[in-house]
Amino acid sequence: MEHILERTDSFILKDQTVEARHISSDAQAIRLCQQGHREAYGFLVERYKERAYYSALGILGSHEAALDISQDAFVRAFRAIKRFESGKKFFTWYYQILRNLCLNFIRDKKRHARSFSEIDDYEINKLTDDTGDASVLAEQNELKQALWQAMDEIKPKEREIIVLKEFQDLSYKEIAEILDIPIGTVMSRLYNARQALKAKIERTYL
Amino acid sequence: MSIAADKERFQTLMMGALDGELSAAEQKEFERMLAADKKRQQEFKKYKKIKEATSTMQFKTPPAEVWDHYWTDIYNRFERGIGWTLFSIGAALLITFFGFKIIEAVINDPSLAFIAKVGILLTIGGLAVLFVSVAREKLFTRKNDPYREIQR
Repeated sequence: MEHILERTDSFILKDQTVEARHISSDAQAIRLCQQGHREAYGFLVERYKERAYYSALGILGSHEAALDISQDAFVRAFRAIKRFESGKKFFTWYYQILRNLCLNFIRDKKRHARSFSEIDDYEINKLTDDTGDASVLAEQNELKQALWQAMDEIKPKEREIIVLKEFQDLSYKEIAEILDIPIGTVMSRLYNARQALKAKIERTYL
Repeated sequence: MSIAADKERFQTLMMGALDGELSAAEQKEFERMLAADKKRQQEFKKYKKIKEATSTMQFKTPPAEVWDHYWTDIYNRFERGIGWTLFSIGAALLITFFGFKIIEAVINDPSLAFIAKVGILLTIGGLAVLFVSVAREKLFTRKNDPYREIQR
């Protein structure tokens, strides 16, 4: 690749047609992308790749699918970047694309997608024995395993709101912004999602 | 407040309480509602347990190479996209050119029976219609790209 992107305090774009320039904000990167400088997109990808990957992983439960779809969403977002309205947040806009790709993936490839309950240690961080109490630890891991299983069984949109809240650690305001819904709806969706989880594990674990 | 509205209010406040998103006044309102009903206290306890478990559930960080190659992979996809576009245009031009050549040759071939000429031309015509139909469908799908719409 002739174009080299470096990560320093800001982002340095080097290419043969544009003079080396520092990119320090989303707005600046988006403006350059809209002018056709594909390399400037690297700034946005570098900034949001982890959030994108974990968002997809939370919905899909598969490392390979999350990687593929989050990258595909970046490609689609770039193709549509001329339609990006200034004043909006890039990730909020990107997330709509990612979300729909994930939901479509679940709809279209359900038979081939791996379920949450089948996720191996590669994706899930299990609790380690730092409490010294093996039985408590085992109980907690068991509850978590049951919750992973329950996550697999609830609706994708219920799973999504849990992922945004618990895995992405977003505030209600941020979730409302990203899903473009009122805060009250965020709260009621969270209630429904947690209620669905509760219903799955209540008999054995609560 | 109706029973249903009261129930809904409690559920909403309970979520806010679990996630630490209530204002001081809302927190007081929630605690009042909670203190007045043992059933609600039990319910809150269950949701608290779920909250505690889910808030510590997390994914492992993938190997560093995943992040190192992330942008490069996207860049490669851009290039592949351009490659496919060029390939498709080239293929369409070649197919059109040689299609006409074949039709021309078939029509001008005196050794070919009339029925065979008609059969070949109909087959080629059918393929062309199918190709246009599929292409139109693809273009229509792109125009109405579901990814541009928000699914709620």
